[in-house]
Amino acid sequence: MNYLPNILFAILLIAGVGYFAKNVKKLIRNIKLGKDVDVSDNNSERWKNMINIALGQSKMVKRPIAGLLHIVVYIGFVIINIEVLEIVFDGLFGTHRLFAFMGGFYNVLIGSFEILAFLVLVAVIIFWFRRNVVKIQRFWKPEMKDWPKNDGNIILYFEMVLMTLFLVMNAADLQLQTMPGAPENNPYIAAGSYPISQFISPLFEGMTYGSLVIVERTAWWLHIMGILIFLNYLYYSKHLHILLAFPNTFYGSVKPKGQFNNVEAVTKEVMMMMDPNADPFAAPAEGEMDEDPEKFGASDVQDLSWVSLLNAYTCTECGRCTSECPANQTGKKLSPRKVMMDTRDRLEEVGKNIDKNNGEFKEDGKQLLNDYITPEELWACTSCNACTEACPVSIDPLSIILEMRRYLVMEQSAAPMELNNMMTNIENNGAPWPYNQMDRLNWKDE
Amino acid sequence: MSELLKVPTMAEYMAQGKQPEVLFWVGCAGSFDDRAKKITKAFVKLLNKANVEFAVLGTEESCTGDPAKRSGNEFLFQMQAVTNIEVLNAYEVKKIVTACPHCFNTIKNEYPELGGTYQVMHHTQFLKSLLDDGRLTIEGGKFKGKRITFHDPCYLGRANDVYEAPRELITKLEAELVEMKNCRKKGLCCGAGGAQMFKEPEQGDKDINVERTEQALDTKPEIIAAGCPFCNTMITDGVKAKEKENAVEVMDVAELIANAQDL
Repeated sequence: MNYLPNILFAILLIAGVGYFAKNVKKLIRNIKLGKDVDVSDNNSERWKNMINIALGQSKMVKRPIAGLLHIVVYIGFVIINIEVLEIVFDGLFGTHRLFAFMGGFYNVLIGSFEILAFLVLVAVIIFWFRRNVVKIQRFWKPEMKDWPKNDGNIILYFEMVLMTLFLVMNAADLQLQTMPGAPENNPYIAAGSYPISQFISPLFEGMTYGSLVIVERTAWWLHIMGILIFLNYLYYSKHLHILLAFPNTFYGSVKPKGQFNNVEAVTKEVMMMMDPNADPFAAPAEGEMDEDPEKFGASDVQDLSWVSLLNAYTCTECGRCTSECPANQTGKKLSPRKVMMDTRDRLEEVGKNIDKNNGEFKEDGKQLLNDYITPEELWACTSCNACTEACPVSIDPLSIILEMRRYLVMEQSAAPMELNNMMTNIENNGAPWPYNQMDRLNWKDE
Repeated sequence: MSELLKVPTMAEYMAQGKQPEVLFWVGCAGSFDDRAKKITKAFVKLLNKANVEFAVLGTEESCTGDPAKRSGNEFLFQMQAVTNIEVLNAYEVKKIVTACPHCFNTIKNEYPELGGTYQVMHHTQFLKSLLDDGRLTIEGGKFKGKRITFHDPCYLGRANDVYEAPRELITKLEAELVEMKNCRKKGLCCGAGGAQMFKEPEQGDKDINVERTEQALDTKPEIIAAGCPFCNTMITDGVKAKEKENAVEVMDVAELIANAQDL
């Protein structure tokens, strides 16, 4: 027997999965560059969020057309993977349609894969039209030029090609199963039902057995190779959301949207200031001096929480946040999607820097602030939470904006002048305007 | 009119050895802004009418720190928060009502970690509870049959999921409540949040308050109702920008109820 295809397949599989695993390790390392945050609270609510939002796609359907089409592609992706399992076993063991022993159930399986593959193909073509012909506004914002634009289309082409190969493979198979002149030990046993590819199969009529086998084998190999390439494409693409949406909805905020975190380091100092018994001249406790003084806010990705960094990798650039953002709607530079894309791109840059310098980050004279996200964008935010509400996978651009404002104000004193006036007023007279605190109750007699 | 207002302070209650049932947190806008002061008074009239034993902090109240926090000045925010919490805790305050969604959000969500845990209500929620308890009656009066649209303040709606209390109050006025294109969870910001109230907007092609006002005007309302002093200012400015100030009024929900009964 000839084991060459089996060996070749095993090598391909190991290389494809191995290289992806290597990149996943890198991804996890990069996410861990972020600051630690406690996410051990509200476990049951977190599971509920993951099941509803990621698994159940509850937020996708807020926009019904995109939502329903997405569900088709999502279900197709999950279910057709059962077929990939069979393909992998067939490849490794040199079998053909290993699961065919299931009989009637196998027919149901293959039949539903075919229908799903067809629906996915249709959905993906509609997606392509929405992006490129209808030119839906959110796909044509300034941050969607070059790579992000191409990335979106490449993913659609991948899916179109994979679904077509799957159907062509089945069509050739069907033809081979029913061919009158087939050899006696025809490996293409009659198995499966082919509600879609039965319409493609007549195209192959009149072809010889040998050339049909070549068509079927080529489609089979290209299909599985395409899947392995697509798997490895994920890391370089916005398409990572198909995996990260699950942890991301789990670790997403479970607090009221209006609640911003209180900075603990600040609390320590404020409590000390307010404590009448604190001795300002006391020597710091043992070990306290060894710590680096805490940096307030974020000027680069390492200053953000790891959840924010996970958010950045999860973003699939759908732009619902940006299309709901009041600042963006009125022509300001702020785009919450761009905040997420910038964070991810800078994180990737930092990661590559670490790879190049033997696991150590070497100062590159760049940072997230200014080199990627400008103060003008940050100051345009109204903190209205339209972006966090719109995101179908619980991404929170607002907390990144807030952390960067904190850096601008507490490390650089770089707030817009009017905001400095407002803060001075609060500090001096307990109101954002220059009114005397002693006049607070005057309204009652006016 | 104003001499009829009963506005006791916490200090006065303390001096009598009594506790009010609720503290009315007036907020900076409610204390100093001319337009917002009218909302404050309207709410007090309703409290007086319903015989609610409430008190204000008066000169002991200070900014919650919301605009400082959202500008990124965590130090100033926490200084304000801790100072306010000391005052509130010294008076053993348990329940707070405020007509400002920003104060509401900050005290309700951000003070507990710093040692200040209270039951906090927005004034529309509080009025609704007075209504449910039969302590307050609402009649349509001059608003009967009027077209009213309600603008969801971000810090009341999306931030804290309060959407129904203000709407139920408006409905009780026997008014015709009409919804804007963007409402409830999808409500569009008035443009004041995140400390934008205190600065000029960044370069763009339109002001946010004008965009929102256009959405409101699209419903052909006679009154645009708000539940936040800052939204009120922004939308009032928007109505002026669209030169509709003679046709459309911007009013707080508390003002609607108080005015309906000619309080």
